[in-house]
Amino acid sequence: MLDLRQNASLGAALKDALERWPTETCMIEADRDREKVRLTYSDFKEVARPLCRALEDAGFKAGDRAAIIMTNQSKWLISAYSIFFCGGVLVPLDYKLTAAEHLQLLAHSKARFVVVEYYLWRAITQSPEVAKLTAEIVLVTEAPAGVELHGAYRWEEFKRKGDPQFVARQREDTACIVYSSGTGGRPKGCVLTHDSYLEQCTSLTAWYPFWPGVRYLSILPTNHAIDFMVGFIGPFVCGACVVHLRTLRPEFVRDAFVRYRITYVSLVPMVLKNLERGLRAKFDELEPRKRWMLDRLIGLNKMLTRGHPRVKLSRRLLPQVHKAFGGDLLALIVGGAFTDPSTLQFFYDLGIPVTCGYGLTEACTAVTLNDLKPFRADTVGKPLPGTEVRVLNPDGDGIGEVAVRSRALMSHYLDDPEQTAQTIVEGWLLTGDQGRFDGHGHLQLVGRKKNMIVTDGGKNIYPEDVEAVFDGLPVKEYCVFAANYLWPQKTLGNEMLVLVARLGPNQQFDDRLREEIVSRNRRLADFKRVGGYLVWEKDFPRTASLKIKRGELAAEIGAGAARAGVVGI
Amino acid sequence: MSPPAGDHTLDEILNLAASHFKVPREKLTPDDDFFKTLGIDSLQALDLLTRLEHHFRIELPDYELQGVSDFRTLANRIQARL
Repeated sequence: MLDLRQNASLGAALKDALERWPTETCMIEADRDREKVRLTYSDFKEVARPLCRALEDAGFKAGDRAAIIMTNQSKWLISAYSIFFCGGVLVPLDYKLTAAEHLQLLAHSKARFVVVEYYLWRAITQSPEVAKLTAEIVLVTEAPAGVELHGAYRWEEFKRKGDPQFVARQREDTACIVYSSGTGGRPKGCVLTHDSYLEQCTSLTAWYPFWPGVRYLSILPTNHAIDFMVGFIGPFVCGACVVHLRTLRPEFVRDAFVRYRITYVSLVPMVLKNLERGLRAKFDELEPRKRWMLDRLIGLNKMLTRGHPRVKLSRRLLPQVHKAFGGDLLALIVGGAFTDPSTLQFFYDLGIPVTCGYGLTEACTAVTLNDLKPFRADTVGKPLPGTEVRVLNPDGDGIGEVAVRSRALMSHYLDDPEQTAQTIVEGWLLTGDQGRFDGHGHLQLVGRKKNMIVTDGGKNIYPEDVEAVFDGLPVKEYCVFAANYLWPQKTLGNEMLVLVARLGPNQQFDDRLREEIVSRNRRLADFKRVGGYLVWEKDFPRTASLKIKRGELAAEIGAGAARAGVVGI
Repeated sequence: MSPPAGDHTLDEILNLAASHFKVPREKLTPDDDFFKTLGIDSLQALDLLTRLEHHFRIELPDYELQGVSDFRTLANRIQARL
């Protein structure tokens, strides 16, 4: 891999990578089973050159912010590289947000440029809030011929001849602004420097190196901290290849493992569960004699890999299982949310090393990771090289808030010194997650101190971000909480949001009100929905400026109501 | 009189969803939140979409399902491609 100590910025590192491995394949893009793009590092450089030059000619300059709103595809990486080449700051936005949410974050980030996929641009231009758009230049990908682009340019035609000038950046300059939350309330834009990314990349590749020939399957969205690092920067600075799938359909994901002989993939628990379900269904279809044999072989593999993975041996013992994953898979990397240990164990017992980690956008990508020495299903691993992790104010069981210090941490939240000061204290990032260290230096997460949930799809959902949909609900007052915030428990998983409603005088909770809650809830994206409601009998405590005192109210509810009282919707 | 084509599509979707996820057909109604009624996640919903594509011989990009959580809207999206 490149010696990243020699690079001052992501742009410089990527530029060096394109020159270092000209003939290696750096990326493949497939739409279902149709391969659409295959580029060597040299091809990638040639494709990016006219875009870099056009950005330069359009007045893009060092420090300018450029947002990308796209599903995973080669144009995502080409655009990101071009932005870094021109000295820009990348703002990767989640393509699953609504148009109104995109507009809100574009305004907050003050992005001058936007690169956006056509169907998303169409939604933005149809939004009643489109007037909020302040970006000066919008590049739209894959727009059908003849459609109205509302002043945007076609990405495919936005190119100029000639050699662009590389714009150098320093380690302490901002590389990216990544939003960890705040679409409904107060945006949290994590400002991450080039130093953060280069340090993070160095420590991750120290444990899980890539090399030319490695094929990384990118199915998590590239705007997500994990895929941006492990599915873009990491592979590129090591001369490896990224395989982008334009769909998350399970059948095509399974097919891609085989078609492209994938070496590594990062997954969120929901995808891992899906793969597990598929395998278990196949096992259940086996005739009894074959099933008996499979179970014996799994038992043998389990015994032989107790101390450490022995992938080659496992491939010989369980060839059909390993062929289903292409036969070259070295590890599944899982993160983004709590993963059921039994799912991790299921894959490891099949001889597929699976490593679980823990991270957060504020810490760039990852904080801890399992090193498979030996495999552990019950922890999120050990702190990465260069990362210090402490448990603050531990109780009798050693449990306390997890705090992190490293060069990879964000420098601050964009334009929000108050939230920054609450989150980074004397150089330590207060994660809001609760955990403890075991005797082997592994971190175990046991709960959350903060009022939020993480879905098994790896999405962080804050109550403040979903409350707006209940504006005008015919009750006296309401508030949304994470159930585990109201009733803390020492486990993760099965998290849900609860709508707490205080009815008006003489008001009864009737079917109409229930219908109203259900119908408003359905306006939210499926992963953001509230899971139940609770009717609360007292007025909410409020500040002098009439804001709800959430912490106080949560404590009152936690003490005065039982979780069993929540009615599912 | 035969029902409009849209109702046929909706009916076929409900039948397919019931058989794919092994739930009684009579438990499904057009305005159900299918994530809730079927107890499925978004990947399983994509699996259903693949089944529906095969059945109707169409191709729907994943984004067509973004924000869709009831059978009726799904039927409208499919109907538009038939």
